[in-house]
Amino acid sequence: MSVAEQSIAGAEARGHGFMASSVGRKVVMAATGIVLFGFVTVHMIGNTQAYLGAESFNGYAKFLHTMLHGAGIWIFRAVLLAATGLHIWAAVSLTLANQAARPVGYRAQQPVASTWASRTMRWSGFILAAFIVYHLLHLTTGQAHPNFDPANPYANFVSAFKVPAAVGFYIVAQLCLGLHMWHGVWSFTQTLGLTHPRYDSLRRNFATGLTLLVVGVNISYPIAVLTGFIH
Amino acid sequence: MAKHINLTLHVWRQKNAKCDGKFVEYPAADISPDMSFLEMLDVVNEGLIRKGEEPITFDHDCREGICGQCGMVINGRPHGPKERTTSCQLHMRSFKDGDTITLEPWRAEAFPVLKDLMVDRGAFDRIIAAGGFISAPTGSPQDANALPIPKENADLAMDAAACIGCAACVAACPNASAMLFVSAKISQLALLPQGQPERYIRVRDMVAQMDAEEFGTCTNHSECEAACPKGIKMENIARMNRDFIKASLTYRPPTGGGGAG
Ligand code: HEM
Ligand code: SF4
Ligand code: FES
Repeated sequence: MSVAEQSIAGAEARGHGFMASSVGRKVVMAATGIVLFGFVTVHMIGNTQAYLGAESFNGYAKFLHTMLHGAGIWIFRAVLLAATGLHIWAAVSLTLANQAARPVGYRAQQPVASTWASRTMRWSGFILAAFIVYHLLHLTTGQAHPNFDPANPYANFVSAFKVPAAVGFYIVAQLCLGLHMWHGVWSFTQTLGLTHPRYDSLRRNFATGLTLLVVGVNISYPIAVLTGFIH
Repeated sequence: MAKHINLTLHVWRQKNAKCDGKFVEYPAADISPDMSFLEMLDVVNEGLIRKGEEPITFDHDCREGICGQCGMVINGRPHGPKERTTSCQLHMRSFKDGDTITLEPWRAEAFPVLKDLMVDRGAFDRIIAAGGFISAPTGSPQDANALPIPKENADLAMDAAACIGCAACVAACPNASAMLFVSAKISQLALLPQGQPERYIRVRDMVAQMDAEEFGTCTNHSECEAACPKGIKMENIARMNRDFIKASLTYRPPTGGGGAG
């Protein structure tokens, strides 16, 4: 065996597949993160139908449920479920490895370049996971909704935001989404190796712009309901 | 002559890898601002030796910022408060009379503390041994321009090769990740023609060894880049990731066919 072959055999013998490696799990995190932030962006755009009134909004909901003879929504759900599961798996396994890598901390460590968003990814992600469960029970299946009507998504949406506690959690979750996206969108370009000095400021600006847009529009819904603009 | 200053040091003292350590306070009196940080420690150590106490152990060698030995966390920052500066090149004029300075060793599972501020950085050597080289037959030197290399690549490779293996990147990273170091060592070869034959095996092997050493993984905090005394850029990590993805996608198990010999 050549030196090169020996070294490959060595890596294989250590059971070091893509999904077990540090970079591989980071790539899983980034790829599933792209699926998830693609979804939240499309979801935000779709919901702007709320500003066009009950008919448009319910028509859009109906379209989602009937596209591809009803198979479309299940394909979306399967992809999202797989992406969320893999994302959480990668997040948990990398976080545990990272914590084990520094068992004794510093007395006086000073952050220099990291951001509050980058340091709180685990927390913003955890709150997002809780929010996703709540959000599904709230507006998809209705168990967490005071007066849920499966036939009228628009009415569900409007009455949901008349409950102050629900609005509070919704807004907190959106702010967490903002933190998570702002670091995540920039971060995945680095993880996937999509960097070049010419585009570095573009990467930052893209993350900032997309985050402000998604979070801003999402937070506008409860505000529009509370101020009676949507009723 | 500049006015001398007095400082208080809080130094991590640890007898060996097995013992627990603790912070001990020492005065550093009558320090010239023209001294380097290590010279200040030498003065403190001479005082300790004269009193019959154990001097503070720290790694050092060149004292001119090229060997990468003098790693220590000074007031929460690897190599101290100045950008692009190793501890040995840090001068006491960066501190004020009356300052308190906390000194800690690099903190990582992969770098056991040997004594006080000195850690075992053997993990870096094993990562290099796993692939950070080229297998070239030796012989008489080639003509300097026999291999055309784009100027840009030569410059980028040279920038990556500036890494002195000090491990400040690991020390600064909240995840104790070694990716800046490993990516610099991968990039300096990946950018040059001599590095091509083993390029994709190298990245797999070095990443595998990095993981086996139980370093953490990058979450793109950028602390490494800010701490690096040699200005190694995170662009190298992106290049390493790119090569690793390509290597994983295109890898073929060895077959032994094709007229091996
Ligand atoms: C479901 C609950 C979630 C958890 C527990 C979670 C957790 C995490 C963690 C721990 C990281 C790594 C932090 C880092 O690399 O700095 C991360 C990265 C990321 N997350 Fe999430 N997250 C969740 C949901 C989401 C959602 C809804 C999106 C999309 C809007 C998203 C997009 C991303 C992206 C793009 C990254 C960056 C990947 C990279 O570093 O290359 N995550 N997530
Ligand atoms: S990349 Fe910079 S900080 Fe890390 S080992 Fe090399 S010189 Fe030191
Ligand atoms: S002692 Fe050599 S770099 Fe500081």
